[in-house]
Amino acid sequence: MPHPAPAVFAALLLAASAAGAGEIAPADRRSGFDQMGAETRAIQRDDTANPGMLAVADGAELWARPPAAGAPACADCHGADGTGLRGVAARYPAWDARSDRPIDLQDRIRQCRRDRQGAVPPAYESPDLLALTAFVALQSRGEPIRPPADPRLDRGRAEGRALFAGRMGQLGLSCAICHDDNWGRRLGAAAIPQGHPTGYPLYRLEWQGLGSLQRRLRNCMTGMRAEPFAYGSPEFVALELYLAARAAPLPVETPAVRP
Amino acid sequence: MRPRLAAGLALSLMAATARAEGGLRPYAVVGDAIPASLTGAPGDPARGRAIVADRTRGLCLLCHAGPFPEERFQGDLAPNLAGVGARRSPGALRLRLVDGRVLNPDTIMPSYYSLEGLARVGRAWRDRPILDAAEIEDVVAFLGTLRDAGTDAKP
Ligand code: HEC
Ligand code: HEC
Repeated sequence: MPHPAPAVFAALLLAASAAGAGEIAPADRRSGFDQMGAETRAIQRDDTANPGMLAVADGAELWARPPAAGAPACADCHGADGTGLRGVAARYPAWDARSDRPIDLQDRIRQCRRDRQGAVPPAYESPDLLALTAFVALQSRGEPIRPPADPRLDRGRAEGRALFAGRMGQLGLSCAICHDDNWGRRLGAAAIPQGHPTGYPLYRLEWQGLGSLQRRLRNCMTGMRAEPFAYGSPEFVALELYLAARAAPLPVETPAVRP
Repeated sequence: MRPRLAAGLALSLMAATARAEGGLRPYAVVGDAIPASLTGAPGDPARGRAIVADRTRGLCLLCHAGPFPEERFQGDLAPNLAGVGARRSPGALRLRLVDGRVLNPDTIMPSYYSLEGLARVGRAWRDRPILDAAEIEDVVAFLGTLRDAGTDAKP
């Protein structure tokens, strides 16, 4: 059920507007980068030390290599070095006319693999999908996040906003309680960031590896003792749409490093 | 006479509304407190301290700081627990743990002994409260020992 019934949805929106200190104004938006220790920041800044760059290198290789004999490589359609995709990551999720719904960057890559390259789409969180996504997103590093003003995305964005504001899980918390109302405070050992999706896929020290934005969101949902949404679910794309609008105009940082 | 008596009776019934939900023990809220133990017996403060300090059971120190010199990285989303046993009666502490929404519908503190109004609870945590009745009593007993906001708070 990708869209809740209108009545349920209206109730969600009402509940959403009633709670909390409210949204963060564009001028006050800060990347999680700013709250990290000096050492972790230095690792992200230095491409020779940033472990995410290894995945980017893998992604560059996958970009150039045909996924199957006779099938085109990504490079055959988009150009050898990937710079043709500059700015793309900064505007996803975007409307996909073929499937008549919003899709995020990793779903776009999976769709290209399947429909245009005749290959099996790489699984969520697989090294190949993370590497390709990191390679594509790197092309937008430094570009301000700018969600498209496409009215077809409004509904997903509003759904994402309601999900962000709604309480869930055994602890009855919401994303907004932590990331709008209590960012900058300490949740036990962790500094609560504003929760912007600027650096994904990114290298998380706690994961000792690269992970997608959806993996991060699943971590937060598990922390709330909520049942996480499935990888690739419409709920996650809706949340990503709202997160992008909420983060603009912060710059893309992929591949970021986080604690 | 008659109407007043009836009204008086209704009021006292309201003040002490017994609340019970699926499988949970019923309890009565009186004013801002649940005066009676959920188990009918007092809790154990030592067990209560262990629950409060345990970040996967009580979770309290994610949000609260308190007199736990051995615990690094205490949260700062909520009031310090030092001296809370002097500020609040055991019954008031119990209601804040069981379901603080009774006092503040917008509270971010989880309702530790309630299944009401929850959405999308994870499979592993479904159909049971965060703490059981005996654990609530242990935590209430421990919080009651935190009498001194000054020295309790010192690391
Ligand atoms: C109880 C607090 C809490 C809740 C509720 C919560 N988060 Fe988080 N979130 C955190 C903390 C703490 C971190 C940083 C973790 C770390 O650095 O170890 C984080 C990290 C994030 C990040 C990564 C930011 C970055 O810089 O990479 C995003 C995005 C995010 N959260 C979104 C969400 C969304 C969406 C929800 C709801 C589905 C949510 N969070 C619910 C506490 C929370
Ligand atoms: C997600 C955050 C969070 C968690 C977890 C949490 N609390 Fe709280 N607690 C609060 C907040 C915020 C308040 C302030 C009152 C309010 O919001 O209604 C509070 C209030 C209290 C009070 C009343 C304090 C006073 O001075 O009146 C007590 C007692 C208390 N909490 C104990 C606990 C204990 C014990 C635990 C764990 C078993 C716990 N809390 C877990 C957020 C939390």
